[in-house]
Amino acid sequence: MSGDKTDAADEPEQVAGNGLLHRRLFLTQGLTLAGALGVAGQASAQTALPKRPDWMTRQGAGLSGYGQPSKFEEGVKRLTGQPNPLFPSVGSTRTPLEKLNGMITPNGLHFERHHSSVPDINPDAHRLLIHGLVRKPLAWDMSALARYPMTSVIRFIECSGNSGAAKRNVPQTSVGQIHGLVSCSEWTGIKLSHLLDETGLADGASWIIAEGAEASSMVRSIPLETALDDVIVALYQNGERIRPEQGYPMRLLVPGCEGSVNVKWVHRIKVVSEPGDSRDETGQYTDLMADGRALKYTLLMDVKSLITHPSVSMKLAQPGVYEVSGLAWSGHGAIRRVEVTADGGKSWADAELSGPVLPKCLTRFRIPWSWTGGPATLASRAIDDRGNVQPTHEVAIARYGEIGAYHYNGIQPWAVAQTGEVANVRM
Amino acid sequence: MSACRFALAAGLLLTSGCATQTKPVAHPAPNLGQAMTEAELAFWDTSILVDGSNLPAGSGSSAQGLIVYKQKCAACHGATGAETDTRLTPLIGGMGSLATAQPVRTLGSYWPHATIVFDYIRRAMPYNAPKSLSNDEAYALTAYLLRANGIIDEALIVDRTTLPAVKMPNQNGFVMAPEHAK
Repeated sequence: MSGDKTDAADEPEQVAGNGLLHRRLFLTQGLTLAGALGVAGQASAQTALPKRPDWMTRQGAGLSGYGQPSKFEEGVKRLTGQPNPLFPSVGSTRTPLEKLNGMITPNGLHFERHHSSVPDINPDAHRLLIHGLVRKPLAWDMSALARYPMTSVIRFIECSGNSGAAKRNVPQTSVGQIHGLVSCSEWTGIKLSHLLDETGLADGASWIIAEGAEASSMVRSIPLETALDDVIVALYQNGERIRPEQGYPMRLLVPGCEGSVNVKWVHRIKVVSEPGDSRDETGQYTDLMADGRALKYTLLMDVKSLITHPSVSMKLAQPGVYEVSGLAWSGHGAIRRVEVTADGGKSWADAELSGPVLPKCLTRFRIPWSWTGGPATLASRAIDDRGNVQPTHEVAIARYGEIGAYHYNGIQPWAVAQTGEVANVRM
Repeated sequence: MSACRFALAAGLLLTSGCATQTKPVAHPAPNLGQAMTEAELAFWDTSILVDGSNLPAGSGSSAQGLIVYKQKCAACHGATGAETDTRLTPLIGGMGSLATAQPVRTLGSYWPHATIVFDYIRRAMPYNAPKSLSNDEAYALTAYLLRANGIIDEALIVDRTTLPAVKMPNQNGFVMAPEHAK
């Protein structure tokens, strides 16, 4: 790719093949770009005077107790799969990534993954217990926890099964249907290290086992080192109390680690010397390899990115300039760089990272692209600040083999046809 | 580790391990945690560790388990648990399949410890009434499922002593992720 120079020439400088333009072109050249690319504004064919819309001439709705999206956005919903009719509350819904922008997921659109159902917890009857290899087992009710110092962080949560469909198949659904088991929120709560400091630790303490208060009492083990580092007992999500389906009244936030260890409805933590190897960390959420062995406690979610705009099932109206944008994240740290290709990987250019760029957090990237109307294959490749590079499909498959459904982070290409239709492809 | 040393270690972790924390925690702790009675703790502490510690009293046989299975499990899991048309992962079978292109991960072929069968049944099953089984029923169901998978003998009475000694076919099949391996 070229350097940072942006000539004010008639044709905007391409920074990679098939029409990728410099990431700051929108900012530096602004409105002249459309003309330079020959996409002239269309003259209005109307001859009669325009009419004021109704909403400019009469009063609308009044005040409301809890705001809701416009009725014109009622199609923006979590995407449902096909739950087992015997157990309709078990399963997942996905964030409609293709209909959102920025880095924060609205609370009502945060993906769901329930192993039994959503409990209706009365916070006045809910306590958090910490016991096991501690000096003093202790319990806190909500009013006690409310007095502890709180911390706020913006972090993603991703189900380890996210993108599993893209590992095995090339689904033509939507980017949210394929990759929408990831969401990002500001989480506010109490550092678990504060509470473990109060209980003290006994000799041999090296893992914690966290249990949820839902009907099936989800259980996951977390290394004590992680628990003392950046784990939060989260009470608030994007400023309001956590929604029931996200763990009301409290959940663990284990930044960068697979969704199921971010135990929702957490009510008990036992400090132990060895992980619990419970059903949901052996029978499930393990990575079965080709030789028949399986990796357990592969908790960190690896570096990943995908283009949300445009993406599969969309259709580009006509040739011209588009903003290619998407999301990148890594459980190891912050995103350092996202590269985008429009020619199927022959050449790559750096996208702009829309700040803030935070560790273990979704990062929005953007780059302008001039679509000539010919075939194009778009894809993104993320690199994190630990030097981890998002792998190709082949490399990602080679890592855990073809059997396992978890931890797939291969590069996701989209092909734009001459009709403007966008399809999921391999690259 | 003394409380004092622990506080120091936690402080070091906070300052060195978290890029977004601008300063170590200096906020005085409210210390509002409440002590619990032994009975309270025993009621809530249902965690069963991999060595079987904390398994409760009670026992059951596979013959007793089959009776409970038919009453409380078969409606969803099929008449025996081996059925493959239930829309649930079968409970029985899959031995030797893990290294093939079509692995069948049942509690018999895949799970590494017999104790977690009891643990999961007791806290999560049956789906429509979790935590309703007696310990005897949960032990009996565990015995039935282990017997149906060919893992234990018909005669074995499963309890807090015999269950941890059961050798599972895949007990050595799991490898700790490198980042957590000691």
